[in-house]
Amino acid sequence: MRKKILAVSLVILLVLPLLSSSQGQPATTLGKVQARGKLICGVNNAVPGFGFVDPQGNYSGFDIDYCKALATAIFNDPNKVEYRPVTAASRFPALQSGEIDVLIRNTTWTIDRDVGLPFNFAPTTFYDGQGFMVRKTSRINTLKDLNGATICVLQGTTTEQNLADMARRLGITIKPLVFSDVNARDKAYDEGRCDAMTADASGLAAARIKLSKPDDHKILPELISKEPLGPVVRHGDDQWFDIVKWTVFCTMEAEELEVSSKNVAQLKTSQDPRIRRLLGLEGDFGKKLGLDNAWCANVIEKVGNYGEIYDRNVKPLGLERIADGKPSPNALWNDGGLIYAPPFR
Amino acid sequence: MSTVFARIPLWRDVRVLRIGAQVLFVLFIVLIANWFYTNLQINLERTGIRFGFDFLWTTAGFGISEGLPFEPTDSYGYAFWVGIVNTLRVIGLGILLATLLGLIAGIARLSSNWLVRQIASVYIETIRNTPLVVQLFFWYTAIFLKLPRVDESIVLPGPIYLSQRGLALPKPYATETFSLWGYGLLVSLLVALAVYVGRRIYLERAQRPGFAGLWAFGVFVLGAFVGWLVLPGAPIAWEMPTLGRFNLEGGWQLSPEFAALLAGLVVYTGAFIAEIVRGGILAVPKGQTEAARALGLRPLQVLRLVVIPQALRVIVPPLTSQYLNLAKNSSLAVAIGYPDLFNVANTIINQSGRAIEMVLLIMISYLTMSLLTSAFMNWYNRRVRLIER
Repeated sequence: MRKKILAVSLVILLVLPLLSSSQGQPATTLGKVQARGKLICGVNNAVPGFGFVDPQGNYSGFDIDYCKALATAIFNDPNKVEYRPVTAASRFPALQSGEIDVLIRNTTWTIDRDVGLPFNFAPTTFYDGQGFMVRKTSRINTLKDLNGATICVLQGTTTEQNLADMARRLGITIKPLVFSDVNARDKAYDEGRCDAMTADASGLAAARIKLSKPDDHKILPELISKEPLGPVVRHGDDQWFDIVKWTVFCTMEAEELEVSSKNVAQLKTSQDPRIRRLLGLEGDFGKKLGLDNAWCANVIEKVGNYGEIYDRNVKPLGLERIADGKPSPNALWNDGGLIYAPPFR
Repeated sequence: MSTVFARIPLWRDVRVLRIGAQVLFVLFIVLIANWFYTNLQINLERTGIRFGFDFLWTTAGFGISEGLPFEPTDSYGYAFWVGIVNTLRVIGLGILLATLLGLIAGIARLSSNWLVRQIASVYIETIRNTPLVVQLFFWYTAIFLKLPRVDESIVLPGPIYLSQRGLALPKPYATETFSLWGYGLLVSLLVALAVYVGRRIYLERAQRPGFAGLWAFGVFVLGAFVGWLVLPGAPIAWEMPTLGRFNLEGGWQLSPEFAALLAGLVVYTGAFIAEIVRGGILAVPKGQTEAARALGLRPLQVLRLVVIPQALRVIVPPLTSQYLNLAKNSSLAVAIGYPDLFNVANTIINQSGRAIEMVLLIMISYLTMSLLTSAFMNWYNRRVRLIER
């Protein structure tokens, strides 16, 4: 009898895993994320204000907040995210192989990446551009002054190519010094090995506050490239693409309608149909995405609208949305910027 | 006369079994390789990646800070070649200097002088027991970047400029009389060769030691010198480095990235080689040294003629591994901004997205370099091996 029980339990033990695996892995990314219980987000860990990890292991930044927004849309919990730091070189293979669910790591949207690689780009969350940081004492004021200069640049970005393009366009020669490590690049610039450092303006602002004497350096006003940054997903899962896309739009629409984390609770009684649809009180957009109907309300409540996310992370770097009355591309469209969400209807 | 053996059945014939087992094994390997290949194919198709090397002929569009002349309009393939040459520069010079340093440190560790012995031990133990990438960062950020800024360069007569932008030396270049001088050199080289052979024969006959090479070298230098004086203009002139707006322009320049990488690799590998040299020397029986001393050889002669030739037999095989390590470790260059093949290849991957192709090329490049080094060292090993009669 005892032997029989043993035999039966053995058989069950052996067969159970087979059964569960024959139920199969959920085919969709959303299904996989929900089954796992957390979102795996490919991020940067070395750019303050965008993706940064402090010595205690806490992640913070603009991109990190979009990971949180996505986790909130799915689980109604901004902490159900596993941050996976990826390098500029490893991010695409990581996304391609399914190691990460979404890539939110200051990645520029270009035709080559969109068409040449099996990826889709969600709406741009931050309009960046490549600029130059120089020493204030260097007498470099315009791009042409860079003729003959040595320039520190980080590998694994479009920056190297933009730099060479600029030099060809202006007919000047420059010496690029290519580093694989942000800290080595910053150190080399700080010590004076390079006359200038080039990166996206956001990256330069973040690097500047880490230099030994930040006030001795300035960022040239001219930008040499368009760098629209935003989340990236794999081809082949339109539902997941929609979720990422509309989570971004949710934060933008919320700002436009002046719905913020502070007033979202009260606005649930609002009679404005646009707000009612945004918060999931009318319509079934959340259900159609495979999410809770209050997904967007949750995102606004737990993470905030676009303006709140921007002010929390990017403003402290000294990058204003509207500087001296002139809107940057990151201002709302009705303020003269490019931040624009299609209507929620 | 003719004894008829019962025919052994095939399945018990050792020769058949041996061949059969090998055929099976090869088949097994081929099947596995095939499985990997089809797997790759299926996955590439599934993820929509195209595979091919045609992108190597498209425009690179990025710059390279040092090495062969390179323009952003050149192709990816040429960019990779520039990287390979930069790697070879470091490896070639690195192997040479690491061997020298290792030889000196290894012998110093066996020195009868207490101080010399201790210095060698401290060097070997600290360097061998810390990670190379840390040492590279140290060389780069704590030593070479701490040199004076370029506008405050140390200027030595020459002029030689030393700053954190690197070392700049006057560069020799050929003037129009150089080809004439070249012919002169060729003639004196032939004369020197004749002197060498003649001297060797004389020494052999006279049964005495001597340096035939030294005589030949003297003749060659004399010829070169006379040629220089006879010509109307100097065959070689110097291009001087000058301080430009930002950097030193012209002359022969050594970048701090190259210097830091070279110093890091040489010092690191030298420590390992020193231990190999020490082991090799200790493997030569003490009686050999004593016998050589008894024959009246001076200490340096003992080392050069008796100990080292025998020690080489023990040294060469592990030395080869150290050379290969140095070659592979040179890929850490990317950490300190030296444009070696790995650095350039990474840029190409980022820009073209052709990760699989480039990783394959990187592997093939390192493999080729390592196999060539290995082949050369094996040839050398056979040469120094004890030939038993």
